Amino acid sequence: MAPFDIAIVSVFLMASPVILAPCCAKSRGLTIYLSFAVTAAASLAAVAAGILAVHYGTNTSAIVQMGLPDLPFHLRLDPLAGFFLCVIGLLSLFVSIYSIGYVKGFSPSRPIVRFVVFYALFIVGMLLVVLADDAFFFLVAWELMAASSYFLVMYEDEKAENRRSAYLYLVIAHVGAIAILLSFGVMAGLANGFESFQGYTFDSMRATTYPVGWATAAFLLSFFGFAAKAGVIPLHVWLPEAHPVAPSNISALMSGVMLKTSIYGIVRITFDFLKFFPWWWGGIVLVLGLISAVLGVLYALMQHDLKRLLAYHSVENIGIILIGLGLSMIFTSFQFPVLAALALIAALYHTLNHAMFKGLLFMGAGAVLHATHERNMEEMGGLIHRMPWTSVFFLVGCVSIAALPPFNGFVSEWLTFQAFLLSPALQRPILNLLIPLGAALLALTGALAAACFVKAFGVTFLGHWRGHQSIQRVHEVGWHMRTGMMLAAVTCFALGIFPTIVINWMDVLPERLVGGRIAASAGAYGWMWLTPYARERASYSGFNVFIGIMLVVFVVWLLLHARKKAVHRVPIWDCGFEKINARMQYTATSFSMPIRRIFGFFFHIREESQAVEPIRHPAYPEKLQYRLRVRDRFWNWLYKPIGEGAFFIARKIGNLQQGRIQVYLIYSLVTIIVLLVFLG
Amino acid sequence: MTAYSYTIEAVQILLLLFAAPAFAGWVRTVKCRMQGRTYAGIFQPYRDLAKLFSKDVILAENASWIFRVTPYIVFGVTVMIGGIIPLISIDLPFAATADVIALVMLFAIIRFFTALAGMDIGTAFGGMGSSREMTISSLAEPAMLMAVFTASLAANSTSLTQMVHVMAHGEFTLRPSLAFALLAFIMVHLTETGRVPVDNPSTHLELTMIHEAMILEYSGRHLALIEWASMMKLFIFSSLGIAVFCPWGIAASGDLVGMLIGAGVLAAKLAVLGIILVLIETGLAKMRLFRLTEFLGSAFLLATLGMLSFFILE
Repeated sequence: MAPFDIAIVSVFLMASPVILAPCCAKSRGLTIYLSFAVTAAASLAAVAAGILAVHYGTNTSAIVQMGLPDLPFHLRLDPLAGFFLCVIGLLSLFVSIYSIGYVKGFSPSRPIVRFVVFYALFIVGMLLVVLADDAFFFLVAWELMAASSYFLVMYEDEKAENRRSAYLYLVIAHVGAIAILLSFGVMAGLANGFESFQGYTFDSMRATTYPVGWATAAFLLSFFGFAAKAGVIPLHVWLPEAHPVAPSNISALMSGVMLKTSIYGIVRITFDFLKFFPWWWGGIVLVLGLISAVLGVLYALMQHDLKRLLAYHSVENIGIILIGLGLSMIFTSFQFPVLAALALIAALYHTLNHAMFKGLLFMGAGAVLHATHERNMEEMGGLIHRMPWTSVFFLVGCVSIAALPPFNGFVSEWLTFQAFLLSPALQRPILNLLIPLGAALLALTGALAAACFVKAFGVTFLGHWRGHQSIQRVHEVGWHMRTGMMLAAVTCFALGIFPTIVINWMDVLPERLVGGRIAASAGAYGWMWLTPYARERASYSGFNVFIGIMLVVFVVWLLLHARKKAVHRVPIWDCGFEKINARMQYTATSFSMPIRRIFGFFFHIREESQAVEPIRHPAYPEKLQYRLRVRDRFWNWLYKPIGEGAFFIARKIGNLQQGRIQVYLIYSLVTIIVLLVFLG
Repeated sequence: MTAYSYTIEAVQILLLLFAAPAFAGWVRTVKCRMQGRTYAGIFQPYRDLAKLFSKDVILAENASWIFRVTPYIVFGVTVMIGGIIPLISIDLPFAATADVIALVMLFAIIRFFTALAGMDIGTAFGGMGSSREMTISSLAEPAMLMAVFTASLAANSTSLTQMVHVMAHGEFTLRPSLAFALLAFIMVHLTETGRVPVDNPSTHLELTMIHEAMILEYSGRHLALIEWASMMKLFIFSSLGIAVFCPWGIAASGDLVGMLIGAGVLAAKLAVLGIILVLIETGLAKMRLFRLTEFLGSAFLLATLGMLSFFILE
């Protein structure tokens, strides 16, 4: 079967739970097993289609006689679409397996069918977004994805917080969608002069050469639209609201792959449709990427809600991906195809990596939530003893996202650094000076991310249990959930150890998009060595790092255990104080206190402490109350004025509504006269 | 890649393992002398390690596997890094495993796991140490990378062997950018190895300790591994500085005479470096935690100035 046919089969299979689930709604267990087994199979098919499409560099398109009269649905599978099919399929495969266990844990009063139907539609929407080959079908798929994920975020709709978050998500998603629509309008108009709908097919957009002014307008509009969906700062506010309240398997999919569809959109429009652009477009993308990366991780550090923390890290990682894309655009506009290929590979590799480790981390957070019914890290601790498997998988996720070798996050960040260091090739002093500063900011981001995940893992899984209820209640999650997490963890590891193979596979993408390729040099010394530019320039071998460390650890372990030495287990040393308890441990808030102080000007901090009822003596208060609220500043800076302005305008316009029929008759009369005068 | 170069690799790792405590002992001895105290000689660290290795391990009741695995990972990664940096010869089969950026991230693994181990027992000390360590390192890492980037611009490569090759065996040029980068590197060196203006390796005072706070609960062979690893870290950071900024003497190929000369030159350079380190440590007072922002900020600034001067002057 051709890759395209497999992709179509995958879409139909993925859509089948929409019919299957209501049919077997009587049995809850059957619904869950059947639906998620089907979505897992469909995801596997999507992965196969994606891998083959990229491997063979296929370019198949088809037309489905549906949609508008003059504009049937166009579908196309090219390597870029194939790569994103692979990303989406891989994570939804793991999440589908995980979901069997997770959804079974929902309370019996919750309707399952609704969840399953929207789950399937959500993934179908994402698959169709990357397969669509005309603007209309693209937007239909885009809206399918947005609407079904809205209902999934709203799933636990009895809480006002969830309804509010989902609404915010919907508003920002649609503001973005309008911008994307306008951008398509600009390009279609230039392609075909609004003569027919044919201008709306991606083929005609691809074939057109755009004047710089209009191309800039189209780029800025589409970038704004996709940035709203991706959560680029300052359009990120919906992410930390919507991700924590959604069920965790949905958070994993939204953060892991839904955000990536906007990366797909940016790559598709910039590199595939517009093709020629001035370097400052790349500058905008690079700067916004840097801002998102640094601020995203700083805000993440201030969170103590595990899922909110992960949501802010998505902002950071989207930033890192944009850094790669921005560099690639700059290199492209200065005609350095090989360097552009390197930066593009770095961005796309990070896209794949982020899907894997963020999916894994959200699944881990879901497992913790499932076991403790708690999202607040300050109420956790010591879970490593109760949830040994989950803690290992979560640790793999933490190490990957903190960009530590030999795991996958490191490889893509390293490639991004290499792209940064090749910027002296650009013969522009200003760029030569500023771009390395970007590299320093990326280094800051990486180090802060490591701090953040020491905090996340340390406070959640290590130390003593801080919760009010007994830790005995907490149990390890079932094998479905563990399998989902394990597969994601193994993928993270494999992507870190065998980067050369993956880069060889995806090398056709930059060749098609920017006209350069790096596999010839990247894999010149076999699968073990990653040498992106030249061996003298830089090299890395994840496999050797792993084997080397393991070898030393093994030898040392053997030497030290040759002679039996006792290990005494004793109570912890309390400095003779004897009343040490779990509340005296460092908390998430105290862990990040130094960073809060150093980078305080980025946050809106309200801190108050108050001594309560000094009964005996003013110097000895009974209790000390401490309140701390840290928010990001963008809400007050940007969204509050807009929201208030909208209300103000609405109130002014509302004055038209007098509630008296005479007034309305006058409005009609005036309207008719105006129309007669101006149109007659 | 012959058997001979693998022998050199093995010799280098053995050299690292067994010379590192001597270097730490040398620094301590000079420091004692400088401060007018009696000293135990440069071989005292060996005796300390031997003592710790022969002791039993005392573990807290709720220590998890993270706590037990960390010393091995820390030791393993340190030895791994030691195999990559050219100490006496650049003919190392392992050197291509990681370039300078990857080396910085390898150091981050050590820090990550030590910080986790600090939080594992659940005492306030451990958490405090981890929190401070991660904060400081997140400020030190950009400065470190900027310094390294500046140095790599001259060689047009981030591969250490290539950088050494260009510097030591290419034609000599005076580079003002490297002077700035060197200053920044020294400041980061003091931070990363926990020396005086930032941290104090020989104190257990709760207000000041950072690295010691994280490893406070360790004992026996675990502590021995961590102590040994941190001696090696001091050795490695010093020889990394030597390799990047003052590589003359490192043999270009694997001939025996060249390597012997290399070893001698390395020992001499390290001895001088140890004295400089002690002078800095004795001359400065320990800084308050929140003053470190300025210290590391100026390290970053110096490295950036180095980069600017590269583009403007060279």
